[in-house]
Amino acid sequence: MLQNEQLQITLKRRAKLLANVRRFFSVRNVLEVNTPILSSAAPTALYLDSFSTRFEAGSDSKVLYLHTSPEFAMKRLLAAGSGAIYQIATVFRNGELGHQHAPEFSMLEWYRPGFSLTELMAEVDAFMQQVIGLPAAVIFTYRDLFAKYLQLDIYQADDNLLKQIALDSIAGLTADWQTDRDGWLEMLMSEVIEPQLKALEMPVMVTEFPASQAQLAKIEMNAEGHQVASRFELYAGGMELANGYDELCDATELRQRFEQDNQLRLQQGKPQMPIDENLLTAMQCGLPQCSGVALGLDRLMMLHFAENNISQVQGIAFIEN
Amino acid sequence: MASYSTNEFKAGLKFMMDGDPCSIIENEFVKPGKGQAFNRVKFRNLKTGRVNERTFKTNESVESADVVEIDLEFSYSDGEFWHFMDPSSFEQYAADANAIADSKDWLKEQYVYTVTLWNGTPLLVTPPNFVNLAVVETDPGVRGDTSGGGGKPATLETGAVVRVPLFIEIGEVLRVDTRSASYVERAKKD
Repeated sequence: MLQNEQLQITLKRRAKLLANVRRFFSVRNVLEVNTPILSSAAPTALYLDSFSTRFEAGSDSKVLYLHTSPEFAMKRLLAAGSGAIYQIATVFRNGELGHQHAPEFSMLEWYRPGFSLTELMAEVDAFMQQVIGLPAAVIFTYRDLFAKYLQLDIYQADDNLLKQIALDSIAGLTADWQTDRDGWLEMLMSEVIEPQLKALEMPVMVTEFPASQAQLAKIEMNAEGHQVASRFELYAGGMELANGYDELCDATELRQRFEQDNQLRLQQGKPQMPIDENLLTAMQCGLPQCSGVALGLDRLMMLHFAENNISQVQGIAFIEN
Repeated sequence: MASYSTNEFKAGLKFMMDGDPCSIIENEFVKPGKGQAFNRVKFRNLKTGRVNERTFKTNESVESADVVEIDLEFSYSDGEFWHFMDPSSFEQYAADANAIADSKDWLKEQYVYTVTLWNGTPLLVTPPNFVNLAVVETDPGVRGDTSGGGGKPATLETGAVVRVPLFIEIGEVLRVDTRSASYVERAKKD
């Protein structure tokens, strides 16, 4: 009975939060859309594993992938002139299961044609304040964070120094750990810096990521003359909550990034993923300059309702299904 | 020997690390940004009792440890080994001083203990949370004082010393919490 009461509370909380999310966008004239979950293409990112299934219809059978985010399909809508859009989608990521990870989870993704990254960050900040009552976010560049918490200049430090600092500051990391430069940076970020951001007790937006971590964001020169990704991440309550880009609109460059990803997959013995030609075609026809962000709704609920396990906000959780 | 992949990690899983059997206390899946996932694991070395942390790459595997927990009856000690018996199969097990280090004050013949076996040998003997033991030595009881205030030390039949209320007398049987080594109440007579 106690379990049922807990479930009823969870369902009501979810419904109320979703209603508040929809109100936020309705007032701002952002259109709610739905895009297909199944696709014949999939993201190529090295550490993003799609679920696959088969469409069976005689000679028409083919492999399909469950989307890991509605990004590609939403960009096709943008290229078709949809204007500002948002989507609340269940997305799927194979192998991800932990206190903050579930193989299927709710994602809120929205795109703003004509918005600069700064304008989108302001909207995300307003969203967090209005929907779950957080205080205003503080903004740091990636470089500032490493300087502040690790007394390290990421533009000066070589890979060996990053490794040495990681081994010195992370309990349980052994000297035989192997990764690349971005791997060490991400390790320091998640294991050393994020816990300290949590202690700030206010949301933090991080900007100017290294160009090597651009993903689908534009790369540009910052004020100090370094190539940086035009991208931000929002951290709150010790969790990574949202990831936003000034979207790369250059189809040729995007194809190169996809192909590089697939090369890395090949080197690591992972399956290469079919590139989304529909997205590239749409982009060639003209994806308007836009900024977009993906926000984990389950984590938002964890933060809002002070739960420490994603299964506690999902109604029927993955492990119970 | 069987092995476990990180996606099978969970609290209580027994595995080998640097030649010693270990038990997972906490396992956390971590995926930093868009980078490679790993598991942050807190575990207890079952031989030394020490708690350590270790980071494992996702899909890394570890060797399983042949560790089981069974309930055994304590038979006797010969000074060097403490002998236990499986009450259903009558099989005998000898635990050394290391294995009984944390439970030696609570060992009483015919009582049942949880024994952790590694490759068939006792690694750790854990007493039940509560045991009933007789007082063999304490200052004379103060009759009529049932307030429980103050208190005095009492030596139990197994050698453990616990703090008891003033009214407790030699020969009385007490219910004792072995985790905190503390007096709970007079044992109920049945």
